[in-house]
Amino acid sequence: MNQRRPYVRPMTGWWKKNPYFVEYMVHEGSALFVALYAIVLLVGVLCLMSGPAAWNGWLAALASPLSVLLHLIILAMVGYHSYTWFKIMPRTLPPVIIAGRRLSARCITTSGLAAVAFCSVALWLLAWGCA
Amino acid sequence: MTEQTIVIEVMRYRPEQDQEPWPQRFTVPYSDDMSVLQGLQYIKDYLDESLSFRWSCRMAICGSCGMMVDGIPKLACKTFLRDYPGQVRIEALHHFPIERDLVVVLDDFMEKLERIQPYIIPKEPRALSEGEHLQTPAQLDLYAQFSSCINCLLCYAACPQYGLNSDFLGPGAIALLHRYNQDSRDGASQLRMQLIGAEEGVFNCTAVGYCSEVCPKQVDPANAVNLNKTQSAKDYFLRFVKPKGSCQ
Repeated sequence: MNQRRPYVRPMTGWWKKNPYFVEYMVHEGSALFVALYAIVLLVGVLCLMSGPAAWNGWLAALASPLSVLLHLIILAMVGYHSYTWFKIMPRTLPPVIIAGRRLSARCITTSGLAAVAFCSVALWLLAWGCA
Repeated sequence: MTEQTIVIEVMRYRPEQDQEPWPQRFTVPYSDDMSVLQGLQYIKDYLDESLSFRWSCRMAICGSCGMMVDGIPKLACKTFLRDYPGQVRIEALHHFPIERDLVVVLDDFMEKLERIQPYIIPKEPRALSEGEHLQTPAQLDLYAQFSSCINCLLCYAACPQYGLNSDFLGPGAIALLHRYNQDSRDGASQLRMQLIGAEEGVFNCTAVGYCSEVCPKQVDPANAVNLNKTQSAKDYFLRFVKPKGSCQ
């Protein structure tokens, strides 16, 4: 008699069983905050289209303490998302060969993070200049 | 000097009498140079001969002794008891059905391995008299790391996507597929592309990346999978701009 009876283990709660998976889920979850900020900006554009009253209303809403708190949370989450995104970037790129040598994973991640920092500062200066 | 001991907790599953896996604890004497595999061999030799597990080379090249060591996919021969003071928990590789104790059912992977055609399919037939295929070090470098795969399946045990949907080709098979696609002597990329772009292909991967972390041979399967996402997208979109045929 064939006594084979392979046991299939359930996947319930898989992401809580390993810190690596928890970090992955937080990374994926932080993408929702990137989307949330895109919605905030989109609402701004819609208000701008609707006329000065709506636009000023949106600006006033942005200045509220609740909005400032929300923006701080979004900033932290977008920062975390960028950090983890560039951390896995070397795994998504083909070999980058410069002067006959393969660029290290650390170099790719650092360059990505440096680019984020540069763009953020440049954008901030631009916005500051316009204000 | 008193002999040091460790408690090895093994998840047992004997299909003829157990409904589900259950933990059994064994107290095993050990020295600093003993691997987890040697700990299991001690149990089998002196404590419970019914314990089942796979092993062969004892030097991290056969890929037989993959198992979960304290929840992390490891080769038992390359993992040492000294790194788990007091107690260690051993379980069959995650995401595979358990055949018995620490032995998992490999049928699914073997079928996938066969499907990717893991061998060189030359571009054109070549007579023996034409001599060997020449390859530069730069051409070799493109696939060398992927050829280190020993089919130990630790990457599958690290891949939640495979656990959730076992239709996914998975990191190991895709790394090997990539190894042959990148080989300058091979001409079957287009054939393998059908698997890459299929429902069970690379787009099942959500870039968790843990497969590359656990690989005992420093292969980067996550890289192979993600590079093939780009390849698959190019393959899909470029067909719209490619000439439909030659006009002679």
